[in-house]
Amino acid sequence: MQKSLHIDPGKCTGCLQCEMACSYDNTGTFNPSRSYIKVFTFHDEGRFAPYTCTQCDEAWCMHACPVDAISVDLATGAKIISDDKCVGCKVCTIACPFGTVNYSQATGKVVKCDLCGGDPECAKACPTGAITYIDADWTGYDRMMASAAKSLPSAEATH
Amino acid sequence: MSWTRKILRVNLSKGSCTPEPLNMEWAMEYLGQRGLASKYLSEEVDPTCDALGPDNKLIMATGPLTGTSASTAGRYSVICKSPLTGAIAASNSGGFFGPEMKFAGWDMIIFEGKSEKPVYLLIQDDQVELRSAEDIWGKSAWETDDILHATHQDPQMRIAIIGRTAEAGCLYAGIINDRHRAAGRSGVGTVMASKNLKAVAIRGTGGIGNLEDADKFFEAVDAGKKVLADGAVTGQGLPTYGTQVLMNVINGVGGLPAHNMRDVGFDGAGDISAEAMAEPRKSDGKPNLVTGAGCFACTIACGRISTIDKTHFSVKDKPQYHGASGGLEYEAAWALGADTGVSDLDALTYVNFLCNEDGFDPISFGATVAAAMEMFQDGDLTTKDTGGIELKFGSAEALVAITELLVTGEGFAKDLGMGSKRLCDKYKRPELSMTVKSQEFPAYDPRGIQGMGLGYATSNRGACHLRGYTVASEVLGIPVKTEMNDAEGKPELVKAFQDATALVDSAGLCIFTTFAWGMDDIAPQIDAACEGDWSVEGCLEVGERIWNMERIFNQAAGFTADDDKLPKRMLKEAIKSGPTKGQVSRLGEMLPKYYEIRGWNPKGEVTAETRERLSL
Repeated sequence: MQKSLHIDPGKCTGCLQCEMACSYDNTGTFNPSRSYIKVFTFHDEGRFAPYTCTQCDEAWCMHACPVDAISVDLATGAKIISDDKCVGCKVCTIACPFGTVNYSQATGKVVKCDLCGGDPECAKACPTGAITYIDADWTGYDRMMASAAKSLPSAEATH
Repeated sequence: MSWTRKILRVNLSKGSCTPEPLNMEWAMEYLGQRGLASKYLSEEVDPTCDALGPDNKLIMATGPLTGTSASTAGRYSVICKSPLTGAIAASNSGGFFGPEMKFAGWDMIIFEGKSEKPVYLLIQDDQVELRSAEDIWGKSAWETDDILHATHQDPQMRIAIIGRTAEAGCLYAGIINDRHRAAGRSGVGTVMASKNLKAVAIRGTGGIGNLEDADKFFEAVDAGKKVLADGAVTGQGLPTYGTQVLMNVINGVGGLPAHNMRDVGFDGAGDISAEAMAEPRKSDGKPNLVTGAGCFACTIACGRISTIDKTHFSVKDKPQYHGASGGLEYEAAWALGADTGVSDLDALTYVNFLCNEDGFDPISFGATVAAAMEMFQDGDLTTKDTGGIELKFGSAEALVAITELLVTGEGFAKDLGMGSKRLCDKYKRPELSMTVKSQEFPAYDPRGIQGMGLGYATSNRGACHLRGYTVASEVLGIPVKTEMNDAEGKPELVKAFQDATALVDSAGLCIFTTFAWGMDDIAPQIDAACEGDWSVEGCLEVGERIWNMERIFNQAAGFTADDDKLPKRMLKEAIKSGPTKGQVSRLGEMLPKYYEIRGWNPKGEVTAETRERLSL
């Protein structure tokens, strides 16, 4: 069964526990500047939005890479960067329509979410359930259910 | 370790920035942040110095847990001698600035001397430089934040800034970071302005990775997070309602002061409460509250993000205030609202925005306005003094006008900016100033809640709820319930809360965790992160040491037992109505016992034996 990270921005408080968990897993440091998941603050709207790679099936980054440094983790479906092959050309960062593969000055390579091998640290660290790791076929169903709830006749109308 | 073991010394007179190693011997005795920076201040600054002169120093300090994944570990403190009180000041802020300082590789920054011209400090990891701030001097904290982010093309930069009130010499100006987080009390922003330092902008990319025992750390931190999630206040009350959950509670038990503390109990409390913030407005159908928000690493998220009704008189022609920003917290809602008698939620939210935009303490400001309103009512102040403003209790228009005036620094703003003590002295009504050591009371009446009275009287930074929040016990029953009006047992309770709080404020953690955490939950997190032995007993001793060190600083600054007192109103004017009717503060019963259990002599001086016991 393939699983996906599922993000509900409405539940995010902007605490950055996900960024700390991600960066600690990747670098052994609490270091939001090295996190592969990012929480964006939209101040005037009063909103927070965590965002990271959605692991496209036909991944633009993977197709664009001139040295085949990006491959599929068959266990999780994650698109993985091979540091041995990556030359830091950044073509993948241009190809990705979502901006979720990024260059890192610290390593001279590109970096992106790898789903932590199937047990994403960000989802485990999120205190509010804004980030969950769910059956890939269920992405979107929570919103569908919320919309369905709105389609119910009101209690007043049925009585 | 978790400390970066590095501090930055910035001499503003010389324009030099010099790294130096953190004094680890002191770190073992004072932990970090409030405690450790107060130790540096005690060693380096003459307690009798002019707080606004070049001999005072301003220290921005993190704790060893700041920047780690321990819940709420995003705090930093600003330590200096206060211009409002003349005592030692330690103002604590959340947001994201403190962790960024750690990620850049610095435990603390010590500012000394005074720059000839306005400057800001730019830190990008180990690259540090002072830059000209002549273009941004005179701008609000929000505008400065926008300009510096644009100048450095770095949306992730974290910046601590003073606003126009600090520049104008308002004695209760704070330092704003992340737009609506503040090192708010005791005028630490005024000290920053006196040094011609406009802002500190930091970008850190190094991270923190030197945990003493990582496995133990994650075990202790995960256990701590679970305790917070399961706690009634930390898992339900604060996330849902923010600190404003207290408005109706404190009003209900007879602890909410109103009208410059002339009354206890406020009819408009419900209109300015958390519940009201969540209620859809009649005008646009939207509630005041947009969302809860967390500071760095916080799993409680008591922060509020609010909007003001666009058609409200305060912002009708001011689109710059139509977006969301930091909303009311309980202390601000009380001081700006109940204490001034104003129950207009939109007006209070707007005034709260201005407090953040230009960096001034809503508690001291609101309480000072309340004192001015009482003098206006009694005829000691007239519209001639106030620049034409009808400063009446309950007038939202007057509150908004006087706040906008304060920001200009002109006319009556100069009087208001002195704080309630100096204002009431000037207009010959000293008895109307609700202050201790010249700092204004927060939102709990010391006649209704006895422990808070003793806490205000003995707080090392002047009246304050954050030096020992005995409301937890006296009202909420945390960790055990004590009776609000009992004087007996309160000296012990106050001491225990003060010592524990000093430790929490020195770790990098938020004091709100103690609604669920005891030292049994906190010490293991520190112990796993840091070298040295941080047992529960050891932590409590460090807390007690810090408290006594601050007291010794104040003694050397000239404070005596005579300054550990409450205004006569609290001691003589009984509460007129409600559940606490007839009560006065029984400070006189509690204070001698407090001195005794502190190991101080009857004059309130730290004895030689106590100094020796605590290695002071």
